[in-house]
Amino acid sequence: MKAHYQSVLAGCLIAAAAACTASQTNSLQFPSTIEAGTPFSVSTTGSGGAVLYIVGPGQVIRRELHRGETVAFGQGEIHSAGHYAVVLTGSSPAETAELDVTAAQQPSALSFLAKPSRLPVDEHDGISGVAYVFDAFRNLILKPADVSFDLSEAGKPAVAQTAQTHNGVAWVRLDSAPKAGIAQFEARAGNVTEKRIVQQVPGEPCQLRMNAHGAGGRIAVQTDPLLDCRGNAVPDGTIVSFKETFSGGETTVDVPLKRGVAQTTLPAHDGALISVATGVVMGNEIRWQGGR
Amino acid sequence: MAIRRRRILPVVYTILATLALSALDQPTVRVAPTDAVGPRTLETQTKDAIVRDYLAAWQALSGALAENNASLLDANFVGDARQRLRDTIRDQQKLDLRVEYNDRKHDISVVFYSPDGLSIQLVDKAEYDLELFDHDKLQATKHMQTPYLAVLTPTEVRWKVRIFQAAQ
Repeated sequence: MKAHYQSVLAGCLIAAAAACTASQTNSLQFPSTIEAGTPFSVSTTGSGGAVLYIVGPGQVIRRELHRGETVAFGQGEIHSAGHYAVVLTGSSPAETAELDVTAAQQPSALSFLAKPSRLPVDEHDGISGVAYVFDAFRNLILKPADVSFDLSEAGKPAVAQTAQTHNGVAWVRLDSAPKAGIAQFEARAGNVTEKRIVQQVPGEPCQLRMNAHGAGGRIAVQTDPLLDCRGNAVPDGTIVSFKETFSGGETTVDVPLKRGVAQTTLPAHDGALISVATGVVMGNEIRWQGGR
Repeated sequence: MAIRRRRILPVVYTILATLALSALDQPTVRVAPTDAVGPRTLETQTKDAIVRDYLAAWQALSGALAENNASLLDANFVGDARQRLRDTIRDQQKLDLRVEYNDRKHDISVVFYSPDGLSIQLVDKAEYDLELFDHDKLQATKHMQTPYLAVLTPTEVRWKVRIFQAAQ
């Protein structure tokens, strides 16, 4: 097939290149560019039966006609944006031309990717939003268009940014809010809106402090309410580790945070050193001296 | 020794000729420097994978539209791009048409790598030869030259083309 093609193509390209170009102005008359979905017509000249093809990866059309006729294409008939070969048979070789179909200008759909869906508070550029803008036929609109991105939380003014599309895509990076909670992330182009939910959770604990007291021959240890650096309560379930080191051994107890605090009891050893940690955050240390 | 050489040489020539012909069939590929691509930094390994998978997508497109076999698209296309090509194949089948797209040249520029790493956009000034068959009869051949815009997204094993559109 390739060998056959190469010989045919060589003939067509070398001998008929000029004719192919001229055919759009001689036997074939049509606009060189149309907007997807808009009606248009192709005029032909000459006489005899022929077939008109409009061919591209996105769409293919075949119409039988008599040369000299005008072929009309209705609203929505050619809807796939792309670059098409237009072929008119009835002469040897067939006449060829090219047609560009561009996306419609009116945004009709957005493909909006908001990442991540969950992140710690107060992250600089922590949230990204990427929006691809499409027309009613799902063609990417390549002409620049404004897309507004709003990140809003209940009872607070929205953080808004507008970005212009380039090659059909617009994007932003936004900071997460200082306070934990659910935020709505919205992208809007023209009358089209897409919404995503972003959950902003407390960050790492900022300060970890515990106190200890004797409790029936054991040591009761309890943390202060665990907060991140913005004052958000660290979520229950976060593991806090208490470690007691004494001569001849050590005891470690991992406790999930419950109602903002972690508490447990440890064996009482005079001179024991008790420390507390959660994740990479270290807390204070207490030296246990006979009930103090 | 001389007899053995006489037997081997034609085989060697055949292999070399085949290799030379297959090299001629390969499209010329140029990839623009990707230093300024953003907003996410594009690593060389990712760039190589993108180019490899995009060129494979062209081969899949070419085979699928030439044979009217939509299943050939599945490994390289996803979403809107795959659906649109499937629709074209369905129309070609209805009309008993086949179209061969033989890519000759790709001049690829990566223009966008999303901050989340979930989409990459490239512009390819492609040149290809189109052959149109109606009821298996060759109707026309045409050399085409047009920029294509492709958006690729990562899947389990490769990047797949999600948007594929001529960018006038």
